[in-house]
Amino acid sequence: MSTLQIILVFLWSSIVGCGSVLDEWQTHRPLIACSVMGIILGDPATGLVLGGTLELIALGWMNVGAAQSPDSALASTISTILVIVGHQSISKGIAIALPVAAAGQVLTVFARTITVAFQHASDKAVENANFKAIEMLHFSALGVQALRVSIPTTLVAIFVSPTMVQSALNAIPDVVTNGLSVAGGFIVTVGYAMILNMMYVKYLMPFFYLGFVLSGYLKLSLLAWGAVGLILALVYVQLDPQFHKTSGVTSAVQVSDGDLPEDELED
Amino acid sequence: MIPTIKRIYKNKKDQVAALKRHNTFFNVTPAFSGPVIGMTSALEQAKADGEDIDEATINSIKIGLMGPLCGVGDPVMWGTLRPILAALGATLAMQGSWLGPLIFFVAFNAVRLGLKWYGLKLGLNRGLALVQDLSGDLLKKLTEGATILGLFIMGCLVNKWTTINISLVVSKTTTNGKTTITTVQNILDELCPGLAALGLTLLMMYLLKKKVSPIVLIFILFAVGILGYALGILGK
Repeated sequence: MSTLQIILVFLWSSIVGCGSVLDEWQTHRPLIACSVMGIILGDPATGLVLGGTLELIALGWMNVGAAQSPDSALASTISTILVIVGHQSISKGIAIALPVAAAGQVLTVFARTITVAFQHASDKAVENANFKAIEMLHFSALGVQALRVSIPTTLVAIFVSPTMVQSALNAIPDVVTNGLSVAGGFIVTVGYAMILNMMYVKYLMPFFYLGFVLSGYLKLSLLAWGAVGLILALVYVQLDPQFHKTSGVTSAVQVSDGDLPEDELED
Repeated sequence: MIPTIKRIYKNKKDQVAALKRHNTFFNVTPAFSGPVIGMTSALEQAKADGEDIDEATINSIKIGLMGPLCGVGDPVMWGTLRPILAALGATLAMQGSWLGPLIFFVAFNAVRLGLKWYGLKLGLNRGLALVQDLSGDLLKKLTEGATILGLFIMGCLVNKWTTINISLVVSKTTTNGKTTITTVQNILDELCPGLAALGLTLLMMYLLKKKVSPIVLIFILFAVGILGYALGILGK
């Protein structure tokens, strides 16, 4: 790997690391992280396919509230390097990515513990209205998260060699790799379950089963299902009796007391 | 909040007080942070202009918006928008099309930035009136609609994007020299396509609710895959 590539790997994995805590640009999603990594390493096609495959597995991995999910950022960057440099198959890539995701989760918790110190320091800076210091602390705390992904990734990029990857992965028996690719087919359910639990509202669950049954028998594209779902949602919201009781009287009350609505998803 | 505080408070004592107000825990779906930041800025501006707004009001309104906005933001962004775009993008990517990551990246961020910009302006212009706007039915309707769409799509995804093949052979019949093999999967598909995927998803939901960590579940499923393949129960 050339020096330029290693520098690019470092920069890109730093961006990916920032993305994984900010959750803004979605650079930490395998679909983006692996594809760009593939371009850097000179094998865009492999990065793209690996990204798509990992993305489906990681579909529901998300940080809601304070809960930690497996780390898609580190998993994407490291698995792409190993697959491309070691000329491995996509299913081997998945076998690499999942343990890395677990390790990344531990690292994330560790990095977050470090950033607590930054918060305490900013508590002090606040006392003196030291804007510079607060801003510095704000961004350097992000730097910790960037390094969390870029240091391990760059180390792998520097020290990895094709023969090393091949001999290590060839030592894994076929039963395991085939079993892993079989498991890859249904590991996605963990992600689905995470999303479903987040959105779980008992009286709306029939829509989940409706989607399940319909898609089992009708062959439509995902976009078409999206349109069907959107229409269902619009119609249901229009018909929902809870929005029809509130006529004039209650809305006047709401304005006067200015209370915040109860969050129905939090029960 | 720093740019706002710098802009409206010139006196150091006021700056310290304002910084203290906002150096506290705050957590909301990023795409939905706009209205809160806008409204809080409007309140700080009013306070700096000498209006009678006490500290507790600013903070309690800010914290009070966390719940309802997350209530909409999480299902809209993480439950509906991202899974749909990501599944679409991933499908395209696996066929080798660069449209996959591009569509995902562009569409998601366009919606996100649009929401932030529009939300910020809304919060800034409406100020305190925003709370009354949000306490109407609009947020509830949006939450309910997004949840319906999200749940419906998840139902489709569970069925279409999960591959389980229980290749355990139940019977082998030979008629006219043609061998028909019936596996458990064939029977399940007769009953209802995707039944195994549904069962597994529901089991995962139950276990996650029991506070089993997702990564543990992933490794358990890994082990199940290897064992199942080794014993010939699960096929590709």
